[in-house]
Amino acid sequence: MKNKVLIGNGQGFWGDSILGPIRLLREGPLDYLTLDYLAEVTMSIMQKLRQRDPKAGYATDFVTLIDRVLPELLEKKVRVVANAGGVNPHACKDALLEVCRKHGAKGVRIAVVDGDDILPNLDDLIGGGEEFTNLDTGAPLADVRSRVTSANAYLGAFPIAEALNAGAQIVVTGRGTDPGLVLGPLIHEFNWGQEDWHKLAAGTVAGHIVECGAQCTGGNFTDWRSISNLSMVGYPVLEVEPSGDFCVTKHEGTGGLVSVETVTHQLAYEMGDPARYLTPDVIADFTSFRLSQEGENRVRVSDTRGLPATETYKVSMSYSDGWKSVGQLTISGPDALAKARLCAKIVWDRLAYDGCQYEPQERLEEYVGAGECHAGLPGGTSEDPPEVVLRLGVKGPDKAKVMRFGPELVPLVTSGPPGVTGFAGGRPKAQEIIGYWPALMKKQLIQPNVTVVTS
Amino acid sequence: MPTVPLHRIAQARSGDKGEGSNAGILARSQTAYAFLAETLTEERVQEFLKEINQGGVTRYLAPNMLVLNFLLEDSLGGGGSASLKTDAQGKTHGIGLLRMELDVPDEVLNATPAPPT
Repeated sequence: MKNKVLIGNGQGFWGDSILGPIRLLREGPLDYLTLDYLAEVTMSIMQKLRQRDPKAGYATDFVTLIDRVLPELLEKKVRVVANAGGVNPHACKDALLEVCRKHGAKGVRIAVVDGDDILPNLDDLIGGGEEFTNLDTGAPLADVRSRVTSANAYLGAFPIAEALNAGAQIVVTGRGTDPGLVLGPLIHEFNWGQEDWHKLAAGTVAGHIVECGAQCTGGNFTDWRSISNLSMVGYPVLEVEPSGDFCVTKHEGTGGLVSVETVTHQLAYEMGDPARYLTPDVIADFTSFRLSQEGENRVRVSDTRGLPATETYKVSMSYSDGWKSVGQLTISGPDALAKARLCAKIVWDRLAYDGCQYEPQERLEEYVGAGECHAGLPGGTSEDPPEVVLRLGVKGPDKAKVMRFGPELVPLVTSGPPGVTGFAGGRPKAQEIIGYWPALMKKQLIQPNVTVVTS
Repeated sequence: MPTVPLHRIAQARSGDKGEGSNAGILARSQTAYAFLAETLTEERVQEFLKEINQGGVTRYLAPNMLVLNFLLEDSLGGGGSASLKTDAQGKTHGIGLLRMELDVPDEVLNATPAPPT
């Protein structure tokens, strides 16, 4: 058993910079590279892509990345765990096999972890007594059942460990917990058991700290003036010990900062009840551990406590929830705000003339630059900004009515007050709103699968 | 007692959480944490953010991290992809809360390092 495992996370979300993982591989030692590609609405977008093309529905960015770094991965023997599989992890695996062929790389073991997709048997599960009541609102699933477009359980870390036990160098998963990408390799390396609650909790905390990439190494940090070289910010690297205690750091010479404060910023991100951070593997107590600065850019996290996991998986469903359209114009001064308000009135008046009236909760008026993000807060607004970005938007179940809005924005350039500009990108289009439906289901109703292939 | 912005004695990180957001307030010292645990109540945050958050506010404490975590129930204009707002993920709610003006005793200020300027 190793006395220390090095895990770097190079991707915080689908759309994060490809330089994160490339530089992690290039700039210092690493045993594992983890990559988080899935947000809540991502699965629904992927489901749509798959409906159009049976070979689509995964994070293609991941395949692009592996194409760029495969020789380095093989040379340095770095193992990769990524939730890039989306709703079609086997198609992702096939694309990776193709990349291996292209590079002439034989004998690369690639594993797929799936079984999270419950959309095909959703009605059977409902028939068997699962209610899938909305965790946030308490509403019954029947409200949206006919419009559900994806349904996935968040699997835990043990199937990832199983894939690594089988010798996989690259593990591709569908929907799983974000911290599980880190916890899986730790279970594999240190042989942690299903009831090692404190260790599983420690690995979960470690995974949570790095899951948003540079958000724990100086990105999005309150005291931004104290952070040097964000251009070349180092993505986080964990040094984890068999006990579960670990150090958060980054590679030597990279930009950014790892301090108790930067790490605590990330610990507070998307936090609910800190004493009960629920995953399928454990309940981690974020009020239990100790944080200490053990050296420059090194923060130690020790003595994490955990409680037995619950009997349920969290399920994330998405459903079609109507349409929206948003557009913007820039209005220069003098009197920028007053003119922007007039512009908004003109748009709503013209739409009303043509039979399109939107309820207050179906429309948006924002005056960006005059104080939208911090409306009503001291110092958060200005009555006379030199210029304003007017953002207007509508939403609702009627696609035609939502679409009618877009064409009435640009005419303001010639038929509104003076100083209206900044219209680029064409008319705003109607986009489908993807609703998010969180729920729970009994764990024993699904079985995670692990498949391993060799290039 | 000097009046200072919350920013003087705390940092913040926020993000989306279902239909709402969470704003984690990180005290800049143990003394500041003890002071904020007393004074930065759910009611006070609710009143301060009333134009941003239409729902209730729940506070959780994590003394090991010097964190006060505020859940804002209805702060995203419909939540997630249904929101039309610029800040549909509540990314700016934390630093917005740091704009709150507070009367802070000298002994708390003296024990708390100021942010870099």
